[in-house]
Amino acid sequence: MSTVATTAEQITPHEEVGVETHGQMWPVTGQIAISLFALGLGGFIGLFQAIERVNITLPPFGPFENYYQGLTFHGVLLAFVFTFGFANAFVSWTTIRGFDRPLYSTMLAQGAFWVLLTGTILGAIIMTMNEATVLFTFYAPMQAHSVFYLAAALLVVSTWLVLANIVLTYRAWRKENPTAAIPLMGFTSLTTYIMWGLASLGVAILVVGILLPWSLGLWEHTDPQLGRTLFWLSGHAIVYFWLLPVYISWYMFIPKQVGGRLYSDGLTRFAFILFLLFSIPTGLHHQYTDPGIHEGMKGFHLLLTFVIFYPSLITAFSIMAALEHGGRKAGGRGLFGWIMALPWNNPAVVAQLLAMLVFTLGGVTGLVNASMSVNLVVHNTAFIPGHFHLTVGTAVALSVLGICYWFVPYLTQRPLFATKLALWQAWLWAIGVLIFSRGQMSGGLDAQPRRTMLGEASYSLPGWEVANWLTAIGGIVMTVSGLLFFVVMIGTLLNKRAETAEEKAALQPLMPAPPIHDHRKSWKIFDRIGLWTLIAIILILIAYIPVFLLYLPAEFTSPGVRVW
Amino acid sequence: MKIDRYEKIFMLLGVGILAMGLIAIAISVLHYGLHVPSPDGRIAPGDVRATSPWDEPGVYETGDGEYEVIMLAETWRFVPDEVRVPAGSEVTFRMTSPDVVHGVLIEKTAVNVMIIPGQIATVTHTFDEPGEHLFVCHEYCGTGHHLMSGRVVVE
Repeated sequence: MSTVATTAEQITPHEEVGVETHGQMWPVTGQIAISLFALGLGGFIGLFQAIERVNITLPPFGPFENYYQGLTFHGVLLAFVFTFGFANAFVSWTTIRGFDRPLYSTMLAQGAFWVLLTGTILGAIIMTMNEATVLFTFYAPMQAHSVFYLAAALLVVSTWLVLANIVLTYRAWRKENPTAAIPLMGFTSLTTYIMWGLASLGVAILVVGILLPWSLGLWEHTDPQLGRTLFWLSGHAIVYFWLLPVYISWYMFIPKQVGGRLYSDGLTRFAFILFLLFSIPTGLHHQYTDPGIHEGMKGFHLLLTFVIFYPSLITAFSIMAALEHGGRKAGGRGLFGWIMALPWNNPAVVAQLLAMLVFTLGGVTGLVNASMSVNLVVHNTAFIPGHFHLTVGTAVALSVLGICYWFVPYLTQRPLFATKLALWQAWLWAIGVLIFSRGQMSGGLDAQPRRTMLGEASYSLPGWEVANWLTAIGGIVMTVSGLLFFVVMIGTLLNKRAETAEEKAALQPLMPAPPIHDHRKSWKIFDRIGLWTLIAIILILIAYIPVFLLYLPAEFTSPGVRVW
Repeated sequence: MKIDRYEKIFMLLGVGILAMGLIAIAISVLHYGLHVPSPDGRIAPGDVRATSPWDEPGVYETGDGEYEVIMLAETWRFVPDEVRVPAGSEVTFRMTSPDVVHGVLIEKTAVNVMIIPGQIATVTHTFDEPGEHLFVCHEYCGTGHHLMSGRVVVE
C-alpha cells in the first residue's frame, strides 16, 4: 500500500506553499485518487446493470458471478467510497484555506487517507470474493462476511478523523481569534462535518455494535426492523454529507468562477445551520412502508423532511443570484441574457451548472418520495434510483467532476488536458442521466421494482420495455461521458508540470471573494457552533427517542441468512 | 441581518409551497384515508411456519365481501402467489417473512409495504374493478429476487 501513498506524494508537487504543507496535501490528492478510482470502477459496473434491462448480459456482469454482486459493488463504491473520499479531500482543503492555516494534525490528515484506503481495499476484496452480496444497504438478516462490516466501519472512521481534524483546527483558530467571525468557507466546512459526525452514529452503532459481532458469531440473531431504523438514522443525512461538499463549491467557488459574487454571508450560514439541525431527524421518510414503526412518528419525520428541503430552496436563490450577478457583469442583458453570458467554455463551471439544472428535477422528485402518501406509489420502485441518479448521481457526481477540472490541475500543478473533451463530458452526462432517469422513473410509476435483475425477471408489464430501453441508452451515454472524464484526467496527469511563472499563475487556487453582504451584517449567533450542535442533538433525540421507545423491547430473533 | 426584498419574497414563496404540500398530504391521509403501514404485532421468524395463521397461508373469506390473505414472503416466492377475489372485495393482507427482508407492491393500488422478519405487515385494499394486478417483491432478497411475484385476480 505504501506505493499508493508514494504515488500520491509524487503527483502532489506541493512544497510548503503558505498554509498548504506537503504532509497534509498528499492525503488530499490521495483521497481524490481513491474517490475517482471508486467512481470509475463503480460507475463502469453501472453500465452492466443498465444494459441488462434490455437483455444484454456481457459475460457475466464483468468479473462478477451475478447481477447483485455487481450492484453491491456499484452501490458501495459510489455511495460510500467515491463520496467519502471526495468529501474528506475537498473539505480538508477548504478547511485549510477557510481558516488560512494548516490542519491541526498532520497525523490525522494522513490517518484518514490510510483508513479510507484500507477500508476500500478490504471492502473490494470481500465483495469480489462474493462474500458480501448484500447491496450497499446491507439489511440484516442477510449476513455478509465480517470483513465487509469492518470495511464499512473503516470508511466511516476515516470521515471521523477528518471531522476531528477540522474541529481541532477551528478551535486552534478560535484561540487566536477570540472575537472574529468564523470565515465563511471554514464555517461551511465545519458544519458539514459536524452534521455527518452526529448522523454517522446510527450506522456506527448498527455496524460496530450489532452486525460486526453478529457476523463474527458472538450472537446468532438480529432485529431487522431495529437495524433498518439505525441505518436510516444515518441514511438520509448521508445524502447531505454527499451534497454539502458540493454546496461548498457552489457557494464559495462558483460565484468567483462566473465572475460574480455571493450575495449574502448570513443566508449562507443560515442554510448550513439548517442542514446541521434538520438533516438527521428525517430518517423515517425512508421507512414509510416499514410495518414496525407507528404512522404518527412517520408523519413527524415527514414534517421535518419538508423543513430540510428549505435550505436547498435558499441555496437555489443564492446561487442563482450569484450566477446572474456574474452574467450581467459579463454583459448579459435582459431577463435571460445573463445566462448566455456565463462562461459556457469553462468545463469546471459548465459541469456544475448542468448539475444544478438537473438537481432541480432531483429535488422535486425527492419531495415526491418524501410525501408520505404519495410515497406509496413510488417506494422501492425504479422511481427511486431514477431520483437519486439526478441527485447524488448528477448534482453531486457531475459537480465533483466539474470541481476536479480545476482542483486536480491545481493539486498536480498541471494544466487541464483537452478542455473541449471535458465540455463534451459534462453535456453528455447531463443528457445521459436525463434519459436514464426518465426510463427509471416511468418504469417505477408503472410498478417496476428497484434493484432487480429485470432482464431475467419472471414478470413484466406494458410500459416497461420503453422504460428499460431509455434506462439502457441513458446508461450507455453516461458511461461514454465517464470515459471522457478519465481521458481528460489521465491526459492532465501526463501534461507537463507548470514551470514558468505564467503557467503557474494559471494554476493558482480559487479563493472566494467576500459576499456582497458580508459577515458584518450577519447575526453573531450563527457562529455559536456549540449551541447549534447541541440543538441538533436535541432535535435528534426528540425525533428518535419516541421511535425507539415505542419500538422497544427489541427482539433479536432473526438468524443470519446467506441468500446469494 | 440584511435580507433583500426579492430574497424575502422567494423565502416566503418557499414556505408557502412546502406548506401547501404538507396540507395536501394531510388531506390525503386524514380525509381520503391513505395510510402508511403501522405496527400490527411481531412474530419470531423461526416460529412463522408453525404459528397460526401462517402455518396455513391462503385466501380466507372473513365476512360479506371481506377477505383476508394470509401470506408468507420467503426466498423466493410468495405463498400464495395467486389471490382470487370478486370485484368490490375489501382484502386485508397479513404478511410476514421467515427469512430475509422482502417487500410487496401491488400495481395500480396504493399497497406498498416492507415485509420484515419479526414484524407482521398488514394492509387493506378494496379492489373495485375486475382485472389483474401483478405484485412483485421490491426489496433485494437474494439471487432469486427477480423471480418473486404473484397476481391478484379480481373477478
